[in-house]
Amino acid sequence: MSEQSKHEETGLAVVRADAVRDPGLEPHRVRMTDKSVKHEKRAVRQVALLFVISMLGSAFALYAYFAFPITEELTTVRLNNMYLGIGITLGLLGIGIGAIHWAKTLMPDNEVAEDRHPIASSEEKRAAAIEVINLANQESGFSRRKLIRRTLYGALALFPLPAVILFADLGPNPGNSLRHTAWKKGTRLARDPYGTPIKASEVTVGSVYHVIPEGLSPEQEDYLEQKAKAAVLLVRVDKDILIETEEKKSWSYQGIVAYSKICTHVGCPVALYEQTTHHLLCPCHQSTFDLVDGCKVVFGPASRALPQLPIYVDDEGYLRAQDDFNEPVGPSFWDRSAKN
Amino acid sequence: MSNATTSKKKNGFLAGTATYVDDRLGVGGVLKEFGRKIFPDHWSFMLGEVALYSFLVLLLSGTFLTFFFQPSMTQVVYDGVYAPLKGAHMSIAYASSLDITFEVRGGLLMRQVHHWSALLFVAAAGLHMLRVFFTGAFRKPRELNWVVGFVLFVLGMAAGFTGYSLPDDLLSGNGLRIIDGMIKGIPWIGTWVSTLLFGGEFPGHAIVGRLYSLHIMLVPALILVFLAIHLVMLVVHKHTHYSGPGRKDTNVVGYPLMPVYVAKAGGFFFIVFGVIMLISSFFTINPIWNYGGYDPSPVSAGTQPDWYIGWLDGALRLAPTGIEFMIGDNTVSMNILLPLVVSLVFLALVALYPFFENWVTGDKREHHVLDRPRNAPVRTAIGAAGVTFYAVLWAGASTDLIATSFKMSLNQVLLAMQISLIILPFVAFIVTKRICLSLQRKDREIALHGRESGRIVRLPHGEYIEVHEPLESHDLYKLVAYKEYEPTLPRPNAKGKITLSARLRSRISRFYFQDRISPATQTEIDENAHHAHELEEQVQKAIESSK
Repeated sequence: MSEQSKHEETGLAVVRADAVRDPGLEPHRVRMTDKSVKHEKRAVRQVALLFVISMLGSAFALYAYFAFPITEELTTVRLNNMYLGIGITLGLLGIGIGAIHWAKTLMPDNEVAEDRHPIASSEEKRAAAIEVINLANQESGFSRRKLIRRTLYGALALFPLPAVILFADLGPNPGNSLRHTAWKKGTRLARDPYGTPIKASEVTVGSVYHVIPEGLSPEQEDYLEQKAKAAVLLVRVDKDILIETEEKKSWSYQGIVAYSKICTHVGCPVALYEQTTHHLLCPCHQSTFDLVDGCKVVFGPASRALPQLPIYVDDEGYLRAQDDFNEPVGPSFWDRSAKN
Repeated sequence: MSNATTSKKKNGFLAGTATYVDDRLGVGGVLKEFGRKIFPDHWSFMLGEVALYSFLVLLLSGTFLTFFFQPSMTQVVYDGVYAPLKGAHMSIAYASSLDITFEVRGGLLMRQVHHWSALLFVAAAGLHMLRVFFTGAFRKPRELNWVVGFVLFVLGMAAGFTGYSLPDDLLSGNGLRIIDGMIKGIPWIGTWVSTLLFGGEFPGHAIVGRLYSLHIMLVPALILVFLAIHLVMLVVHKHTHYSGPGRKDTNVVGYPLMPVYVAKAGGFFFIVFGVIMLISSFFTINPIWNYGGYDPSPVSAGTQPDWYIGWLDGALRLAPTGIEFMIGDNTVSMNILLPLVVSLVFLALVALYPFFENWVTGDKREHHVLDRPRNAPVRTAIGAAGVTFYAVLWAGASTDLIATSFKMSLNQVLLAMQISLIILPFVAFIVTKRICLSLQRKDREIALHGRESGRIVRLPHGEYIEVHEPLESHDLYKLVAYKEYEPTLPRPNAKGKITLSARLRSRISRFYFQDRISPATQTEIDENAHHAHELEEQVQKAIESSK
């Protein structure tokens, strides 16, 4: 090999002529089991004992399956789990530890060296392989017949497309579904999950209600989908501390405010209310919203305020929605601000 | 006839069976070729084995679970034995998960075995990747196998996530909600992809069934295929071994496959299975009965994904406030895109590192002898920086728990995490590189001057010295057997032009190899031995005269 090609082979490696010489494999250390029959016999007994433990463990697992059945009593689940598990564990570990003990004490432990061969095929083999490719190319005319080759590329490019389009019916066109919730003009605010309507007089200062629109029932087909958009948190604070824009002054009632419970970050329920600071906290990623200041983001990865549900009180004193939310609830999406 | 019978008797049952099989399949050659194949032995080589065996346990326990689990999101009213949830509305998927837990003997055990082995699978695969990285096992000819292993790691996370969501409990449902929110944040196509995935609006009635198809068929099939490629490549390349006397790039030192390695590896499968079983017998994992079925309105405090998704969740949490912006009427959710891009770039860097390092060193030889991490200081430091980056993201998924457990301010914990994410990888890089260089310096010192014997001698003129003893040749070789690289200058190519790539490579080679400790050479050792010899003579003389 020339100096040049050698350098190409080793790259930036430093090859020293006076490197320390490899003394070869370390001498084999003889084990006790190799030189003492007593130790050897003891090791044999130990391995056999481990295999016997395994047998006993498996047998115990069979016994436990019947001896610790599961009944209406919940603790029986724990006992079944534990005793069955212990039996199987012993069955497995006995075999595993036994086999390794066998290998380590009784099987030969002298390390052996075996030659490696270069991964790359030999020059001749490589040349022969290239010859095969060239021959195939020649016989098929793959390089020569441009028309065939290019149309084949085209066909291969297009044929997976039907397979892709088949997946288009996995779901419907999103349409307007993200812009509307189950809240309508006059829908009463109801307790989640019981569905009983809420009177303004029941909402004392500092209390929190988890709210769904009245009439939303677990019996209906799209219950969870509707709930995933319509869930609302209702809180009453001292009305003097509310910071409200002119436009939204009429959206609350005597310090009672209703905000979407679906986080504007990635959609977890913003379910934690901190009474002293009037902050709402999302337990998933800790986005924090200031309830008295229009639920603006004060901390965390969310970027937008929680949408407010405009409410009023009817003649009987029940809380009702003035209308649907005036913007899409939940996580941001590309065209959320587009007009329908 | 009589001949065959006698030979059977002579060689016994094992040989008889082997003859029977070989007569019909002709596999004798295979056994001759592979039966005594040499496998090197080291504890760190077992990490990949742990991953492989936990995958087998996953297949076994998972198959059991499919016999009882019903992947349907149709809502039912629960009427099983678990009293606290009696009468609750829930999906059939959740109800059947409860039935497996509370009505099938050993059902809870199998669920726990499945979950624990999934956690172990990803953990072992990750540690195996770290072992391969820090020992340089990814170098030529194994770059492609690194990529295959990388794909396996990603598939492991995919298998974990799709399975985690199947019971349709409150915790996993919130995980899906987060996925939905992230998908919706993708510009232009997000809303479409979300409706396609969920079959309409979130949560819909389709997602559990679809994840089930992926979880029990597509993802495990892909894992099996890549696992097969991974193992075939392992056999083709033969296993690497650590540097040491007798271990060369041209040989492989270890134990023969049969019987030692079969016994050790086979036994190890039972140990891994046994340990998973032991953990599952005593430690509850994912108590879905405490969470209740999925409902988009409630959520429990301290929600967290399984550990291997933690770093992605952490990335979401650490995104700064208020980075979403508008382009015209369209919303660009940078608070989702930034973490997404950062995670993908991180993964891409991991996948491509071997090719990068190969470009820098330009070393086209085959490498079968592993580096001790200290002997590749910059690579080890890069690895430490990567691990630190991942670790901060991962810890980021627990900001709330850290804050509540240690009574700290959540805001400050998060801020500290954000700063750490940028700063700590650099700190880890510098510290690790210095530690590696110091360890190399220490090795060189010992190689040159021998080991400290603890013998203190006072020379006639009053000087105290500690006598150093030369190392035994095998021990010495361990300290000096490593590859050294040096930085290069930008060299002109055939046209006499210094290309940008050559300049860049020169810069990066300086970054890698500027600070380096050369292994002690024989010449240096001999010189020092000479000095040591003189000193020893002096010591002897001093002892003589004192007598």
